[in-house]
Amino acid sequence: MPTDNVNHLRRLALIWLLVSVVATPLVVFVLAPGLPPGNGSVQASGQVVDNGVLLGVSTPVALAVLVYFVYALIAFRERDPSSVLDGPPVRGHSGVQTTWLVVTTAIVLFLAAYGSIRMLEDGAGGGQGPNPIAKPAGAAGALQVQVIGQQWKFTYRYPSFGGVETNDLELPANRVVALHVTSLDVIHSFWAYQLGVKADANPGVDNIAYVTTKGPLTINIHCAELCGVWHGYMYATGRVVPQNQFAAWIHQQQLQYAPVRKLLPPYSTTYFPDPQRRGG
Amino acid sequence: MSAIAMPASQRPAWRRFFGFNLLTGIVLGLVGYLIGDLIGKAIHAPSLDYYSTQAGQNDISILLGYLFGVIGFLIGLGFANYPVRRLLGHPPTLAEHEDEGEGWTRYFRLCTDHKVVAIQYIIGIGVFFLVGGINAMLIRSELLQPNTHVFGANQYLTLVGMHGAMMMGMMTSVILGPFANWLVPLMIGTRRMAFPRIEAFTFWLLMAAGVILITTIFFGGFQTGWTGYAPLSDQSTAGYDAYIGFFALIGVSMCLLGFNLLATIITMRAPGMTWSRLPIFVWSVVATSILMLLAAPMLIATLLMGALDRTAQTAFFVSGNGGSAYLYQNLFWVFGHPEVYIVALPGFGIVLELLPVFSRKPLWGYRLAVAGMLGVSLLSFFVWQHHLFVSGINADLRPFYMLSTELISLPTGFIFLCAMGTIWRGRIRFTVPMLFCLGWVFNFLIGGISGVFLSDVPSDVTTHGSFFSMAHFHYTIMGGLVFTLFAAIYYWGPKMFGVRFNDRLSKIHFWSLFIAFNSTFAPLFALGMLGMPRRVVTYPANLQPLNDWVSVSAFVIGLSMLVFLVNVVWSLVFKREPADPNPWRSKSLEWQLPTPVPLHDFDTFPVFDEDPYPYGAERPGAPAVAAGGAS
Repeated sequence: MPTDNVNHLRRLALIWLLVSVVATPLVVFVLAPGLPPGNGSVQASGQVVDNGVLLGVSTPVALAVLVYFVYALIAFRERDPSSVLDGPPVRGHSGVQTTWLVVTTAIVLFLAAYGSIRMLEDGAGGGQGPNPIAKPAGAAGALQVQVIGQQWKFTYRYPSFGGVETNDLELPANRVVALHVTSLDVIHSFWAYQLGVKADANPGVDNIAYVTTKGPLTINIHCAELCGVWHGYMYATGRVVPQNQFAAWIHQQQLQYAPVRKLLPPYSTTYFPDPQRRGG
Repeated sequence: MSAIAMPASQRPAWRRFFGFNLLTGIVLGLVGYLIGDLIGKAIHAPSLDYYSTQAGQNDISILLGYLFGVIGFLIGLGFANYPVRRLLGHPPTLAEHEDEGEGWTRYFRLCTDHKVVAIQYIIGIGVFFLVGGINAMLIRSELLQPNTHVFGANQYLTLVGMHGAMMMGMMTSVILGPFANWLVPLMIGTRRMAFPRIEAFTFWLLMAAGVILITTIFFGGFQTGWTGYAPLSDQSTAGYDAYIGFFALIGVSMCLLGFNLLATIITMRAPGMTWSRLPIFVWSVVATSILMLLAAPMLIATLLMGALDRTAQTAFFVSGNGGSAYLYQNLFWVFGHPEVYIVALPGFGIVLELLPVFSRKPLWGYRLAVAGMLGVSLLSFFVWQHHLFVSGINADLRPFYMLSTELISLPTGFIFLCAMGTIWRGRIRFTVPMLFCLGWVFNFLIGGISGVFLSDVPSDVTTHGSFFSMAHFHYTIMGGLVFTLFAAIYYWGPKMFGVRFNDRLSKIHFWSLFIAFNSTFAPLFALGMLGMPRRVVTYPANLQPLNDWVSVSAFVIGLSMLVFLVNVVWSLVFKREPADPNPWRSKSLEWQLPTPVPLHDFDTFPVFDEDPYPYGAERPGAPAVAAGGAS
């Protein structure tokens, strides 16, 4: 019996090794780099790398379980339906249990540590509340852009350009941008897909997400938190454009919205419009 | 009230319809609703209309209507009889258990026999499962086309919310309600639950809750999804009151169910049934019950605050008036994350309970499995903010929540290891329950691996709130819970109902469900990664082919459920082929009893001298215990 066990285990290990050696590099180096959200920003690229690492770790683990089950179900199936025999009364194996515990713990600790480091490096594009700790390089000179969620659209204010409020999002290329996401009514979630940015828009909260833009790009913007009847229609297109084009655009916006600007409340990190009860 | 003491056979015919039964319950429920509605209208000051976005909406009268309606329903069923009799000085009895006889009418009234309550549970929840399933079919019909609409946006969101609430609320009890109530007394060797009236109470409360959720359609539905986030809930139409009533009753029912099961398992085990001999399913019930007992009160409190915000104009969740929208999110997920394990854990127990039978081997790593279940149960209280990774709340704690979330994969991994160890060198039989268990293994593996991506902040930024997370939790809940539910139905069904299911139809059901399930939910991972957010009524045109594929596959799931329904109705109503007392040659106690199980389960209490998995060479063919009821 023990030698039989060893034979089974050897065969299993060999199959798993073969499958993993073929599948894991394919997943990590062929599949993962092409996965969303793509390379639209430094943070988006970071997510792609992160996904690649997660896939690289989880592929062999998933394969180990799958290969084991397929092998065991074929090798240990009852061949005689009328048989009344039982299997061997094995109730555990402390060596196997300890090994499993050590290996899974190591994997989990690695994943948690890697994810934390990855996140702290550039903020990973996620909303971090009013006092972010995970800032990308050059965050001190970031362009401040406020994203205001409201039923059912996002508007944008540029405090460094006189607090002008625009209907569209345009960002300069190759620039660190601090997105201050807030809401006037219910909870929304600002999802700039190609930039790898997602930050909830909470009323009364200044939720900051950093993004480091790369080259010119069209961004799909969507609300990712159910915000009422027309949630499904709360989408728009934004753009990342070259620096000089951005300068021209924002200047034009300032002129266009100059009459409205006087009626707007002064720029603030949060707003509480009337009535304060049922929003919207 | 004295009618209860009178045996059913001696009653005049009209008393059978108008005693304390379901019919009376419904009538008194409606009367109660009208009374509550009137009181609500009397105390509703016109000044409150200022806050109402909907003309003619009176949240107070609706909520009071539900409250009084439920009280009327319960009185009509006879839940007040016993307290009143005790107040009048009568001795304590279990009249509802003893005097109902064994006729079919006891299924339509308050009955405290744990076997009857279990059957009531499975049929009752089954009806609402069907409602939730039909909602899903309607949702997928709407998503067949991005811009041609079957439903309006409001109707669509109501369907989404109803589907979610029905599946996440009602289905929390779908295994503990029927199977724990039925099995725990038989597995630990007792004749009843610790609190039989509370056992019946949890069931009827659940039914009232389900009906209340459906009444949302009369009040304009609700637009918040099953999470019911504030402050969106504050502007929602009066249909949201149905959501509050539904989930609060679910919370009460869940809390009492867990409390009752824990009390039973702790205090009523037969001689020799030590903690280390407890069947693993009972351990999973322990782990789940702890979660129910501790998490559900949080839900009830949260919804009470929500109800006060809507009626008494408090501002718990209103930012700017001293409240916070974060508060609701926090409170909801402090309940909500344990809740997803309330849904998943019983499945672990069923898989580990069934694998030994169909591998003909003892459970491998019993202590590890117990540690896994209790570990999941404990850890699940410390992970809730992973639902709020991008919300801006406690951003500095994200590494902690990342770690705690990923740590849950350790105890979950134990369950997989125990399953793997159990089938090793076994003599595996591919019966229908076994197939469903193996389906669980595959689905939960995918669900677990995809969970790693959601627990990792950088990866979560894109997947959060998208179809990816939707696919993930359908893999764990539908692929986990529903597959193990069917495993349990096919495995214990012959014992519970006394009939044999059609094997061919059962196999068709499994294979069509397994294939259609994966074909439905695997593409949703891709849709999420491609940028489709959850709960949208429209989507970019380039995502239509994938969405159509998903919709068609979802309809096949519907057909597969139809096969199941036909199978059950055919076997249960028409064919009625009596089941073998022990078709699986299982060695656990419940299978040593005759089919159908006698009214009082055991004639003499069993005595246990080993765990319920004595498979293997030590004692070939010996029954687990000498069961008294078999004599």
